[in-house]
Amino acid sequence: MKFPGWVSPFVLHDKGILGMNRRNIDYISAYNERRYFPNVDDKLKTKLIAEKAGVSVPELLMVIRTQREAESITNRLDGLQQFVLKPAHGSGGKGILIIMSRDGEMFVKGNGDKLTLQALIRHLSNIISGLYSLGGRTDVAIMEMLVNFDPVFSDLSYEGVPDVRLIVFRGYPVMGMLRLATKASDGKANLHQGAIGVGLDLAIGESVGAVQYDRPIRIHPDSGAALEGISIPHWRTLLLLSARCYEASKLGYLGADLVLDKARGPLLLELNARPGLTIQVANESGLIPRLKKIEALDSISSDPEQRVDYSIQHFSKRGKSADLFV
Amino acid sequence: MNRSGPLLLVVFTLLLLGIASAQFRHTSYQVPYLPGEQQTVWLIEAKMNFMADPGPAQVMLTLPPEQSHFRFISENTASSGYGLKIDEAGQQRLAHWSKRYATGEQTLYYKMEVSSDPLRVVDATPPVQAVAPKWDEPYLTAANDLLAAALPISANSLTLAQRLIQLIGNNPRDQNAALLLSQFSAPELLARLLAQAGASARPVKVLLLEDGRRRRALSDMLEVWGDDQWHLLDPASGPVSRSVQLLLWQTDAPFVLDVIGGSRSRISFSVISQTRSALELSAQKNSPEEAPVFSLYSLPIEEQSMFKLIMLLPVGALVVVFMRIVIGIKTSGTFMPVLIAMSFLQTNLMPGLTSFLLVISVGLMIRTYLSRLNLLLVARIAALVVLVIGIISVVSVVSYRLGLIGGLTITFFPMIILAWTIERMSIIWEEEGPKEVLIQGSGSLFVATLAYLLMDEPVTRHLVFNFPEIHLCILALIVLLGRYTGYRLLELYRFESMK
Repeated sequence: MKFPGWVSPFVLHDKGILGMNRRNIDYISAYNERRYFPNVDDKLKTKLIAEKAGVSVPELLMVIRTQREAESITNRLDGLQQFVLKPAHGSGGKGILIIMSRDGEMFVKGNGDKLTLQALIRHLSNIISGLYSLGGRTDVAIMEMLVNFDPVFSDLSYEGVPDVRLIVFRGYPVMGMLRLATKASDGKANLHQGAIGVGLDLAIGESVGAVQYDRPIRIHPDSGAALEGISIPHWRTLLLLSARCYEASKLGYLGADLVLDKARGPLLLELNARPGLTIQVANESGLIPRLKKIEALDSISSDPEQRVDYSIQHFSKRGKSADLFV
Repeated sequence: MNRSGPLLLVVFTLLLLGIASAQFRHTSYQVPYLPGEQQTVWLIEAKMNFMADPGPAQVMLTLPPEQSHFRFISENTASSGYGLKIDEAGQQRLAHWSKRYATGEQTLYYKMEVSSDPLRVVDATPPVQAVAPKWDEPYLTAANDLLAAALPISANSLTLAQRLIQLIGNNPRDQNAALLLSQFSAPELLARLLAQAGASARPVKVLLLEDGRRRRALSDMLEVWGDDQWHLLDPASGPVSRSVQLLLWQTDAPFVLDVIGGSRSRISFSVISQTRSALELSAQKNSPEEAPVFSLYSLPIEEQSMFKLIMLLPVGALVVVFMRIVIGIKTSGTFMPVLIAMSFLQTNLMPGLTSFLLVISVGLMIRTYLSRLNLLLVARIAALVVLVIGIISVVSVVSYRLGLIGGLTITFFPMIILAWTIERMSIIWEEEGPKEVLIQGSGSLFVATLAYLLMDEPVTRHLVFNFPEIHLCILALIVLLGRYTGYRLLELYRFESMK
């Protein structure tokens, strides 16, 4: 029987596509110890441990912890033209406010909308009272430097910062994708909100395919830019940073979100203990063969450089692809 | 794979425990598996008449013994002016009526209700060692001749009894049989002959249960002991078919009815059949001391009705687990759909859905205004709770004025749940757009509706309440689903481009 628009589970299995249930049981709960979850769920903590492990991150401007601090923020904003406000415990990009510039009394958002100081304080207050945190617990707001993203992607992303998502399994980068914001995703690089995922050859950082709403696309729907032939600069550094996140977070199955800053090069934005599965569609290949390969290793190298070498050697889409499905 | 070993053991144990315990409850206490199950109940009435001589009178009626295939539900008597004592001391139960002064025509009634239970087995009391009966000549010779003819062509007591029945029943009659039958009744003769051969047999009286029979007498039959049980035989035709319902009435007692202080005593039986809910019967039959050890019926009625709802929760939880893990439907809040479904149980589906949607959409509109007031989260939720109550009272009053009683049932929704739903939905709206609200909202309502439909099913309600051990099976299924690593149904759509 054939159902148009649907795929047989056996086909998915043969291609090694990782499903949600299997990811949760065989990888997340098997390799991510619960006590290390705060390392990634708390973005403030992530920043601190990442810096310790030698992973560059956007500069932390301030932490707003109480409602009183939020209300008296005015003076502390002096001289800040660009910044990003985010909840320390937010998930799925919720509650992130990007201020690109200031226009008199107004703050200009990433999409050009203008915000009064009142609205900004209300946003801070919402963050602190836990509106965006899991379970509604009170939270703290982080203010960090806006990433001046490398203009290589300027016509590829609709507002927002394009980022690189790398899945890191036991310290080995196994799959990567470039995430581009769209009009539909409201400038956010969140795939389920309509951002584009561009699959990347893990060895060289060149695009191999693209996906929006889980369906392949060839051009950016807003700018019309071709999504083929994209090449990510500083690729090896990106891989290296993501590999170091293993030591920093102690999580075996990890999603690392990195951005390219014009001046500072690759920076770690955040870590995710439950990285999504659409990356497989963008790369047109399944995660399971790669994860199995790492699981079959006798020992895990303690040197991030060596792990990156291994990944580059084994997880290239081109050339050695036959090797992937052993 | 080796990690799933203990898991499967747990699942298997839970399933086995649940099913075995339910089966035990079913067989031992006749709790039916299906709610509407009907069982046949026989109403038997024994009517006794006699002419009392002026003076004291005593009436003794042998009562039927506990026996396989039948279950006694109740018994009562109607006998004006008589004292009644049930005598359990003898070989059979005896109803003993007595009156200091009786005269003229006397009528007494004994009524009982018996239900058919083909699975019930009562251990038979073995016979005392057969004593060879005394025969006078010429009966002794005749009996020996008959036995000599039957013994070689029989294997055991039962076949011997059947051969003898054939010999006696043959037409034209065997001379010996005819002679013996002139002295003994057929069952008595057969019992004597069998005893002569060393087999245990006894004449018994049975009541044929047939709907609408009136003024009937007991029939004479024969019971033969073999293979540790009594076999009922018809002295005229041999084995008795199981399709006819025969109630043993007299087995060990020397008489059925005995009257002292009267004459012309007569007993007749009337039988009618009724069908009754099996559940009702099970409750009626199980007196407090022999009721199931763990039964929710032992709770006060008020608690029972609460448990009727509580016991449905796991069913809803199972539906949510299934829909999320196997199908992959997104819901807002993990178990909010169960709570919504529980509310639907009180309001019924359509009024529930309408009022839920009404309150949520009005709430969302007001929430948009609230967000302009720049309130802190806790205060905003609290304000929403107050507003939800306001909306509910307005809806209730308006629908009552319009004559729509359904509106009143809106109060069954937990207020906090409604307020939180509105809050979550409005955040999703702001953060991820109305599309996501629609997806998660309709996902929740869809799952809630499915859970409601399953929980509202009479069979489900019946099973979870009458067989609390069903929850072990539900637990087993949930544990099993918790380790399901296969693809979700909706992932087959999501990954369609991987073909």
